[in-house]
Amino acid sequence: MEAQLSVRAILLLSLLPLLSLLARSSSVSHDIQIVNAERRIDLTSHIVKVFLTLKVENIGSSPVSDIYLAFPPTQVDHLALVKAAATVGKRKKKSYLPLGVNPTELPDAPNGTKYFSVSLVNPLSAGETLTIEVLYILTHSLEPFPVEISQSESQLVYYHDSAIILSPYDIKKQTTFLKTPSTKLESFTKVEPTNRAGTELKYGPYENQSPHSFSPVIVHFENNNPFAVVEELVREVEISHWGNLQITEHYKLMHAGARHKGVFSRVEYQSKPSFSGVSSFKNLLARLPPGVHSAYYRDEIGNISSSHLRTDPWKSELEIEPRYPLFGGWKSTFIIGYGLPLQDFLFESPDGRRYLNFSFGCPLVETVADKLTIKVVLPEGSKDPSAVVPFPVEQHLETKYSYLDIVGRTVVVLEKRNVVPEHNSPFQVYYTFNQVFMLAEPLMLASVFFFLFVTYVAYLHIDLSIRK
Amino acid sequence: MVGAGAKKTTNGSPEVVKSGSGSSTMLKLKLKLKTKQQELLLRVSILCLVYVLAFITRLFSVLRYESMIHEFDPYFNYRTTLYLTEKGFYEFWNWFDSDSWYPLGRIIGGTLYPGLMVTAAIIYWLLRLLSFAVHIREVCVLTAPFFASNTTIVAYFFGKEIWDSGAGLVAAALIAICPGYISRSVAGSYDNEGVAIFALLFTFYLFVKAVNTGSLAWALASAFGYFYMVSAWGGYVFIINLIPLYVLVLLVTGRYSMRLYVAYNSMYVVGMLLAMQIRFVGFQHVQSGEHMAAMGVFFLMQVFYLLDWVKYLLSDTKLFQAFLRITVTTALAVGAIALGLGTASGYISPWTGRFYSLLDPTYAKDHIPIIASVSEHQPTAWSSFMFDFHILLFLFPAGLYFCFKRLSDATIFIVMYGLTSMYFAGVMVRLILVATPAVCLISAIAVSATIKNLTLVARAKNNNKVAHSGSLKGSTSSSKASSKASLDQSQPFQRNGAIALLLGAFYLLSKYATHCTWVTSEAYSSPSIVLAARGAHGNRVIFDDYREAYFWLRQNTPPDAKVMSWWDYGYQITAMGNRTVIVDNNTWNNTHIATVGRAMSSYEDEAYEIMRSLDVDYVLVVFGGVTGYSSDDINKFLWMVRIGGGVFPIIKEPDYLVNGEYRVDKGAAPKMLNCLMYKLSYYRFGELTTEYGKPPGYDRARGVEIGNKDIKLEYLEEAFTTSNWIVRIYKVKPPNNRW
Repeated sequence: MEAQLSVRAILLLSLLPLLSLLARSSSVSHDIQIVNAERRIDLTSHIVKVFLTLKVENIGSSPVSDIYLAFPPTQVDHLALVKAAATVGKRKKKSYLPLGVNPTELPDAPNGTKYFSVSLVNPLSAGETLTIEVLYILTHSLEPFPVEISQSESQLVYYHDSAIILSPYDIKKQTTFLKTPSTKLESFTKVEPTNRAGTELKYGPYENQSPHSFSPVIVHFENNNPFAVVEELVREVEISHWGNLQITEHYKLMHAGARHKGVFSRVEYQSKPSFSGVSSFKNLLARLPPGVHSAYYRDEIGNISSSHLRTDPWKSELEIEPRYPLFGGWKSTFIIGYGLPLQDFLFESPDGRRYLNFSFGCPLVETVADKLTIKVVLPEGSKDPSAVVPFPVEQHLETKYSYLDIVGRTVVVLEKRNVVPEHNSPFQVYYTFNQVFMLAEPLMLASVFFFLFVTYVAYLHIDLSIRK
Repeated sequence: MVGAGAKKTTNGSPEVVKSGSGSSTMLKLKLKLKTKQQELLLRVSILCLVYVLAFITRLFSVLRYESMIHEFDPYFNYRTTLYLTEKGFYEFWNWFDSDSWYPLGRIIGGTLYPGLMVTAAIIYWLLRLLSFAVHIREVCVLTAPFFASNTTIVAYFFGKEIWDSGAGLVAAALIAICPGYISRSVAGSYDNEGVAIFALLFTFYLFVKAVNTGSLAWALASAFGYFYMVSAWGGYVFIINLIPLYVLVLLVTGRYSMRLYVAYNSMYVVGMLLAMQIRFVGFQHVQSGEHMAAMGVFFLMQVFYLLDWVKYLLSDTKLFQAFLRITVTTALAVGAIALGLGTASGYISPWTGRFYSLLDPTYAKDHIPIIASVSEHQPTAWSSFMFDFHILLFLFPAGLYFCFKRLSDATIFIVMYGLTSMYFAGVMVRLILVATPAVCLISAIAVSATIKNLTLVARAKNNNKVAHSGSLKGSTSSSKASSKASLDQSQPFQRNGAIALLLGAFYLLSKYATHCTWVTSEAYSSPSIVLAARGAHGNRVIFDDYREAYFWLRQNTPPDAKVMSWWDYGYQITAMGNRTVIVDNNTWNNTHIATVGRAMSSYEDEAYEIMRSLDVDYVLVVFGGVTGYSSDDINKFLWMVRIGGGVFPIIKEPDYLVNGEYRVDKGAAPKMLNCLMYKLSYYRFGELTTEYGKPPGYDRARGVEIGNKDIKLEYLEEAFTTSNWIVRIYKVKPPNNRW
């Protein structure tokens, strides 16, 4: 993984001059220019959040309905989420209007630059300006260096980006701010004017940059936040019309930071907590919906006794401690399960169908899920399932057999890669269900017992002996 | 199952009706049932209750801790069961396990008793078939309690066969909660004994039934019971020696009959052929010294039959006497010569060490330290008899008395079973388990007969009012007193005395019940993987260090890593840690274990050579110095030295002792202070303050300050230590570069 990353970085660096040369020749649209761009990159956790404010002006003659955002190919792979909103109103009456963002291909894109188009609600007519706020989130973008650290060292990471915002448009004026978690900054590339103040690093302002300008920078800084990555998360949501929603979550957790090297000394870990194993983490917080009951926390070899559940009417928090503290490169797998009252999550839509309204995403705070699979197990006898998810996911159907199932339960499987906490938005699964099916299993059991007794009674009254 | 049992009892022996008639009068008012039906109803409901009780009393550990597999051996059984359910029987039967006994490996299919795993797998498949989505772990955890419940039913029928149905009911109730049995059959104790005791008692029951009826069907059934027992546990050797012994006693006492002939011969022949199908047992029935008694008795039976036939033909007694003398001498001579030749030529293998150690309790201590080192192989203390049997210990002789009073083929069997198993229970603590059913049955006879006599007296209509007290004796001798009372009709205050004695008996039985519950909950329901202690404020503190370490191994070491530890933890490391181990609880190769013992007791550089030669990547030690957990490796260390020294004379026990005393503090032997085990246990322990007011490096398990606080490791490095330091894992460093 690391090797791959560094190869990519080298490739990128060697390609960059070429890229910027090419950039001048290509043109997406000369109708748009960016008057002012401000970018704030939040590097405080291992999830990199970038807030981009663009003031866009249409200098052409025809209205424009799409604004393009450009990303270098290395970033696109780590891009978890892109959100855009248009600012409406001024100052105090300011409000945000969410805009649709879709990946697109543009002709003559230099060196594999990838684009996202932001569809404006009202096309921007000639001469008008508009402010667009963009949030995009990058995962696995902090590269630990040194790659291996010992217990007493703290974790240093590289962040690669460009001082100049990559864009298919001319940018009149732009500034970039980087926020690091601590003041400990090993080194950073200087592209004048560059300023450093406390935990903030400022690149710019740069003026009149032509489209596809690029100026690579590397920031090397300390980041001891837990690099908690769930390599694979399977959440199973089982609907029982008897009033319970049972959630089972299978986690494969990993510390994705600098790998631990050499000795793990318990005596140092216990006696010098502020100084030893600073990049490791030993507990995680899961935010669960309110009304959680019968929660459990276990793994393949049994229950893990170190967890605390705090519930109040508005939220539930489950604090879990893996069996051992996680150092860089260490892994742990575990299962969290809990029940929820059905009436909070299952509703009837006006057309008579039922739908489950549940939250997507990983409940662990500040964690990246590389692969998230949500399995919604519908009750036996459900028909016509369909899922409504606010972002693109892969979907398919499965069948699961649980207690006393004959035809099996329909399972709606939703899969998504690279999930960040911002994906915790509700999704819906619609299905039709006939209430009569609820009685199938109790009736089946009752009849089995009935026939058992009938056979016994019959047996008592039949004489099967040969001798009389 | 219970229904089927009830079905059988409806047309039971006349005794059943007699015994039932007493208890039925109470119900006569309410229910308009026939006496026989009332009696049946009572019996079935009591059996159902006992069945449920036997199951739920074993669930303490599940309620206190969780549904988990306990201790050491059950983890191997669980792992193999998992393999069986995942890969199927054929793969299981041909499984070569390269994860244990590295680099030798172990042929699993040929070195285990598959009965338990197959039973659990069948239950699992059956439940799956009925669309119960259970996990195999739950099946494994509950197998032992389920079979304990079944044992109560068998005990009922057995009791009914040897005495009457009242004794059967009492036997079922006694065995349901007897600690001697519970110790090996609590939920999670997924071990061979869990099903084997059921199989043992079932085989015995079927055999006694066959002897009583002379029916070929029962004899074949007991052969199949024997087959199941052979497939489940090595203790089948007890059956194959006890039954011939019993037959021999019957022959000697002149109780030879055609019933016995049919029962024994068909059981022996079919049972032997079936048992040969188990790979681990193979041809032992014809080749091993432990099984020769059965064969000898088999031939003796034929000689007896021949004699019987000749006696029938020859009317002349004198001639017959002569013939008898000749045949018996020839038969014995031929038998002795065959045995002698077989043993000399090596065709018949001599007795194994374990068998010897049963006959001579001091044998293992002198010759096989590996057997002597196992705590469950120690001779039994009196207190453990009291602990496991409680009042049964006093009822046992009383029951024997009743058995001798009403001697029959069946009672002779139970007496012999009781006496032999009691002897074995005295030799080896874990064989209390085998004695438990016999003790329960014999005690049940005592209880049932006594109470029946007493109730007969108490319900008698004569109320003599002669002042004479004295029938009130100590409650322990209640049986004698009662039998006397029932015999002598003219005894004064007889009725009151009987009632008092009845009350005494109920008091004793209720004491037994409370004792059993207490023992079960306090002593036998701990999984020993998770340790629990009371905190300073009375709250429960859990030490889950074993699983912490095993899970760490499972997740954070290379999949092909080899872990060296003392053999106790081998099964757990392979099952929970999923890593290859050098030695494990199978202990089939003494040299290999001795090599590990030698490595642990050598200096670090010597140990490094051994570990390199065994490709060891990690070393795991268990250390209780921080928590005060006393069964750790330092306390087991002398056994490592002894076992290692048994094979490699370079390791000498006196080197680790100071004036014959084992110590770890400053006065310890220099070799002790620098051997690998000491270093790994106490590495950097000297910097830790474990107890307030004590110097750093104070070992709480042994209550001393350690003698070597400045431990440097050269060839190993600390890889992981659990939160309470109970398990410490070290990584063996690769060899240094030469340049």
